Amino acid sequence: MEKLINDFSIGLFFWQLVLFIGLVLLLRKFAWKPILDAVEKRESGIEDALKSAEKAKLEMQNLQADNQKLLQEARMERESLLKDARDIKNKMIEDAKGEAQDQANKIIEQAQAAIESEKKAAIAELKTQVANLSIEIAEKVMREELSSSDKQLKLVESMLGETKFN
Amino acid sequence: MRRKISLKPITLLLFLSTSFFFGQEEAEHVEVKTDKKTEIKEYIQHHLQDSYDFSLFSYETESGETKHIGFPLPVILWDNGLKVFSSSKLHHGESVAEVDGSFYKSYHSKIYKTDASGTINYDEEHHATNEKPLDFSITKNVFTIFAIGLLMFFMFSRMAGKYRKGNTVPNGAGRFLEPIILYIRDDIAIPNIGKKHYKRYMSFLLTVFFFIWIINLLGLTPLGVNVTNNIAVTLALALLTYLITTFTANKSYWGHIFWMPGVPWPMKIILAPIELLGTLIKPFSLLIRLYANITAGHIVLMSIIGLMFIFKNWLGSSLSFGLAFALSLLELLVAALQAYIFTMLSALYFGSAVEEHNHADH
Repeated sequence: MEKLINDFSIGLFFWQLVLFIGLVLLLRKFAWKPILDAVEKRESGIEDALKSAEKAKLEMQNLQADNQKLLQEARMERESLLKDARDIKNKMIEDAKGEAQDQANKIIEQAQAAIESEKKAAIAELKTQVANLSIEIAEKVMREELSSSDKQLKLVESMLGETKFN
Repeated sequence: MRRKISLKPITLLLFLSTSFFFGQEEAEHVEVKTDKKTEIKEYIQHHLQDSYDFSLFSYETESGETKHIGFPLPVILWDNGLKVFSSSKLHHGESVAEVDGSFYKSYHSKIYKTDASGTINYDEEHHATNEKPLDFSITKNVFTIFAIGLLMFFMFSRMAGKYRKGNTVPNGAGRFLEPIILYIRDDIAIPNIGKKHYKRYMSFLLTVFFFIWIINLLGLTPLGVNVTNNIAVTLALALLTYLITTFTANKSYWGHIFWMPGVPWPMKIILAPIELLGTLIKPFSLLIRLYANITAGHIVLMSIIGLMFIFKNWLGSSLSFGLAFALSLLELLVAALQAYIFTMLSALYFGSAVEEHNHADH
């Protein structure tokens, strides 16, 4: 201990204190602060980059999910559109068919009515013709039959004979 | 030409050449081996001390003249006015420097005021009793601290310049230094201090870590500088830790020292001085730990290197070379470890100062 105290040099202590404090202050301004700041900036930059990369990845995933959803929706819409179109087509065909049927029925009905009326008219005419013919024939027969008095008498007699007096 | 290259810094020469010791050494230890041992011991002692000039090594020429390779540093004294002169005037302790009518002589790496002939008086315990002027010299250690400060400033401000330019990826020195800086932030500062307050202490923690580490590493080079084994240096560092802890401490920290919550009041009175002492002991342990580890490392390493010169045979020398090599590797680890421990414990103390206690826990 005595040796330690004996070896102690005030001058060296003084210079060490002054030079070291000076060194700390100088280095703080010219070295440590810029170095530590730069390192910190770099570290935060790396951290930010990592974070944004993570964010981008998540966004990418979201985007992909969105795309998938969109695709799904588009597919569904296409299907529904196709289905609608098919329905409309069927309906149109159905409608057309119905209308055609109606039209056809109407035409047939009209035709039938026309045929009926033609038929009636034809029948009526036939009747009149037949009546006229029969009258003519009857006239001719009459004329033939009643051309002689004998024959007239005979007829009268047969008629009389047929007609019983009650 | 036969030259005895001893690779010892002038501090040793400075000591040996002091007439008193030199003479005594010659008289008492005639045996060469003992002389060598003493020489190595003194050399180690002096390596651990500061010196007034920056010397790399010294050697003796054939004629016994001592040559020093290095450069002098300014000596700054406060002795009834500021006295500034070059350490070359001291001639490594061999002569007396005369400045403005006062005489100074360095002895045992300390400057004493003497008379014109350089007489140093001793007490019975063989300590110099001469008057010591206030010494603010730029010694070898101060010079090294200054150089390290400059080196760190240029190294890190250059690195910071690249970051300021907006380089997102570290390059150059930053590639090596940035992980260390991040380690101190993420594994020392944040876990001990907490995310909320750690930024205030980062400058001190980073500077203290790199300062201790680099200066410890420099101590392992053959330059012979040895800063962190000076108690004054470690005291200055620990004092800063103590001051920062004390001045940034919150109410709860002081509350736990002076009036420990959750214990009966007689205990509170007993605990207060203990806790108060604890705040001083904590940084004190910091300064002793760093000082002792580095000093011990240097003593052991140099003793083993010294063994090479004592054995002087192929087996002993190569063994101590192997041992010295292994220990050097260990010291490399210790250099970083001590820096880490100092930083870690400082962070721990700062953390305790700003910790927000939840009183429901007590």
